[in-house]
Amino acid sequence: MSADFVAGGQDLELESIRKEFPGFVAVDDLDLKIPAGEFFALLGPSGCGKTTTLRMIAGLETPSAGRILIGGNDVTDQKPHQRPVNTVFQNYALFPHMSVEENVAFGLKQRKVDNPQQRAQAALEMVELQHLAARRPQQLSGGQQQRVALARALVNRPALLLLDEPLGALDLKLRRQMQIELKAIQMEVGLTFLHVTHDQEEAMDMADTVAVMNHGHIEQMGAPEALYDRPKTAFVARFLGQSNIFVGEVAEADDAKLAINFKGNRLAAPAARVQKTKGKVAIGVRPEKTSFHPEKPASDPAVNILGRGTITDIRFTGVSNQYQIEIPEVGEITVFAQNVGKSPVVELGAEVWVSWKVEHSFGLADLPTGEEEVAE
Amino acid sequence: MKLSLGKYLLPTYVALTFAFLAIPIIYTFVFSFNDSIKSNIIWRGFTLDNWLDVCNQQEVCDAFGNSVIVAVSATVVATILGTMIAIALVRYRFRFRSATNLLLFLPLATPEVVMGAGLAAQFLDFGWQKGLPTVIIAHTMFTLSFVVVTVKARVATLDPALEEAGRDLYANAAQVFWRITFPLLLPGILAAAMLAFALSFDDFIITQFNSGAVDTFPKFVYTAAARGIPAEANVIGSFVFLVAIAIVLVVQIRSSRKQKKLITK
Amino acid sequence: MAFVALGPQAPVASQKPTKTGRVALYLLLPGLFYLGLFFLTPLFSLILTSLKAPSATGVIGRYDVALEIGNYGYALGQYAPQIFRSFSFALIATVIALAVSYPIAYFIGVTARNRPLLKGMLLTLVIAPFFISMLLRTFAWKQIFSNDSWLLNTLKDVGLMGADSYIIGTDFAVIFGLVYNFIPFMTLPIYASLDRLDLRLVEAGQDLYANSVTTFRKITFPLSLPGVISGTLLTFIPISGDYVVASRDFLGSTDTAMIGNVVEANFLRIQDYPTASALSVLLMAAIVILVSAYVRRSGTEDLL
Repeated sequence: MSADFVAGGQDLELESIRKEFPGFVAVDDLDLKIPAGEFFALLGPSGCGKTTTLRMIAGLETPSAGRILIGGNDVTDQKPHQRPVNTVFQNYALFPHMSVEENVAFGLKQRKVDNPQQRAQAALEMVELQHLAARRPQQLSGGQQQRVALARALVNRPALLLLDEPLGALDLKLRRQMQIELKAIQMEVGLTFLHVTHDQEEAMDMADTVAVMNHGHIEQMGAPEALYDRPKTAFVARFLGQSNIFVGEVAEADDAKLAINFKGNRLAAPAARVQKTKGKVAIGVRPEKTSFHPEKPASDPAVNILGRGTITDIRFTGVSNQYQIEIPEVGEITVFAQNVGKSPVVELGAEVWVSWKVEHSFGLADLPTGEEEVAE
Repeated sequence: MKLSLGKYLLPTYVALTFAFLAIPIIYTFVFSFNDSIKSNIIWRGFTLDNWLDVCNQQEVCDAFGNSVIVAVSATVVATILGTMIAIALVRYRFRFRSATNLLLFLPLATPEVVMGAGLAAQFLDFGWQKGLPTVIIAHTMFTLSFVVVTVKARVATLDPALEEAGRDLYANAAQVFWRITFPLLLPGILAAAMLAFALSFDDFIITQFNSGAVDTFPKFVYTAAARGIPAEANVIGSFVFLVAIAIVLVVQIRSSRKQKKLITK
Repeated sequence: MAFVALGPQAPVASQKPTKTGRVALYLLLPGLFYLGLFFLTPLFSLILTSLKAPSATGVIGRYDVALEIGNYGYALGQYAPQIFRSFSFALIATVIALAVSYPIAYFIGVTARNRPLLKGMLLTLVIAPFFISMLLRTFAWKQIFSNDSWLLNTLKDVGLMGADSYIIGTDFAVIFGLVYNFIPFMTLPIYASLDRLDLRLVEAGQDLYANSVTTFRKITFPLSLPGVISGTLLTFIPISGDYVVASRDFLGSTDTAMIGNVVEANFLRIQDYPTASALSVLLMAAIVILVSAYVRRSGTEDLL
């Protein structure tokens, strides 16, 4: 049945899209280009403008300014029903007065496609729900409803499929399972997917490209690994996983590396991983790249060292242990250590030094808001 | 959401329809100030006399008084009986549930003239004299189902866990009812009582069949219509209208403030 | 709303069925006994009376218990036009009231959804007519439409009405008055349904290539059907038994008499209780048959 769905997706282009609501700007001159066939995630906290962006693409909101192009065609002034776009809504929005099959066939019937029933059946087979075609949506479980919503959108073979936090209402286990299925279906049908979510794991797990959105604009865009490894702003560094961030004046900058003076400590980062080389610069590191030692490590230009501090909190989260280490004058640092059975013998109150390799540091383009000191 | 229909056409239509709905109300109000002699058909000039001396027309005032007595009595009885039924329907399991629902539904689906004539026929069979008591009996009967429907909606939104929490915290059944259930149901009970009062006060058909020589306000208007309704009737109608609207507006503004808070959150 | 609220509802399980069972009885019994005595048995009195024969004593207004089924034949034969007129008027007025009310209900429930103050004001305006006696309102229309009224004189002056034509006493006047009186009864339940309508479903329809006409026809209207059904019942049933609007003293004439007018005249004026009762029983039977057919049809079959 996959033959039915080979028609490829099209690319999406947003040109300086802006949306103002009374009293605030939801989307602020956003530019975005999503190549055809890509699984693209728009990630951000609630209120960042990601859902408004999606609704403008679907045609459910009118942009205050800017253009929307799908496959090169300007659709800005088209009504939702005229656009080659389908949406999997957050709460699925399945029609309660129609059967599952009628729901799936709805769009086909509107466009007067031949054999709507047959196509609906095929789409239901793809999501493995053909046996529930005659049921009403409210008789299905959350996961089943989600798959009906997906089938209802996919059956139309849209140029672009929009997913508005479609997994948000499912429990954790079901969500992970649906993530895998969704990704598999996208690979199979080869459509362009635009997925809006506030769940960073979900976005990184599924998407080819992730755009992190905050206050109506995109902070950073790229492959999930790149975003995680080289966050460019404090917001991205904190929103995508956790980060220890240190702010200080630049002490030394050359082609190879940049170092800041952080409360008398020299903290360095590779020049290739730094966004800014003058004035005050924030340098960060991921907690799992950080380690601690009962003795002060030997001085090494390839290693950043901070200490001496005290362990103030230990949390066992299963696969890893989280340590909070309080260093006088410096603040609190978070360290993750893999729980591989040979973790250092430490207890609350133990005195330790913290270190990480310079190559794991990243330098940010901005400073954490309202903080001059150390973060999480 | 943008609907071309919703842009100008719909608001204009709604405004016009509301204007249409208001015409007879405004007419009644304006003619309560008419310096009329007997019938109140032609505009003869403005006067406040009708308002200042309503009981100049003794029958109007008596009829109004009877209407208040009937509405208050019927409201009290119907609200108590109806609230009890509503609580039982939502909170308890019992047999004959569908028969009970049917018995409560039927009065809502029966034309007033049938209920009025049936009750009148029964009073004839029993040899009961028609008067205020029979009107009160009749009004309690036809408002009861409306009370049940209104209170039931409120009971259904009440979390049973609240009552269980009360029991858990050492309250006995009576204390749970008066301290927890009743205060939470009160808005629904008050709404039901207001509805029952309004229905009873404005009822004409059932009243006409069961009142004998006693006049209520609507019955007075009906009888007077043949020879012309006195301006004093307009005064009472307008007065009741203004009081009711004032009450509703206060309630609406209060609840809309609450809702607005919820929305802006 | 009444009809929606009385529909089947999931019972809330009580914790101690044996003990609470008796409490339920105490709660139910007084009210149900009251309805039994003053609603149910009167219906039997009505049937009983409809079969009575004139008293052997010959006193007017006195009747003896009998099995005069002929009373029904007489009532049907004598008052067929009024019976027919009642249901025609009720049907026409209900359809017009639906057409007039639906846009208002839509505006309050959907367009004004996120503006609680506006919504509250509009709802107040809808129920405002309830607060002034229905008879006074109907009488006001009578005066507005009366032969020498400003409105009619103006209409005649500009030539929209013939010099000898009139409004009061016509079918038009009666249907007009009925529609006017029942617009709130139609609007409120439809509003209640539309207010609960999940607008995301409408958006989903648009997303699935349906234009605004189709989304209304396939999504909005079917989902408001419970309100439409309650509204039409709350309008049709009272109108079929109404006799104020069609009365000679209000907007009607002898040519517009409905069942209610005949029942009133027979019962309260000429004391022909059996005929009045037979007519009432016929009205009730017709309503029960029509309503259950209507509810069943609209409940199980898709209207669209």
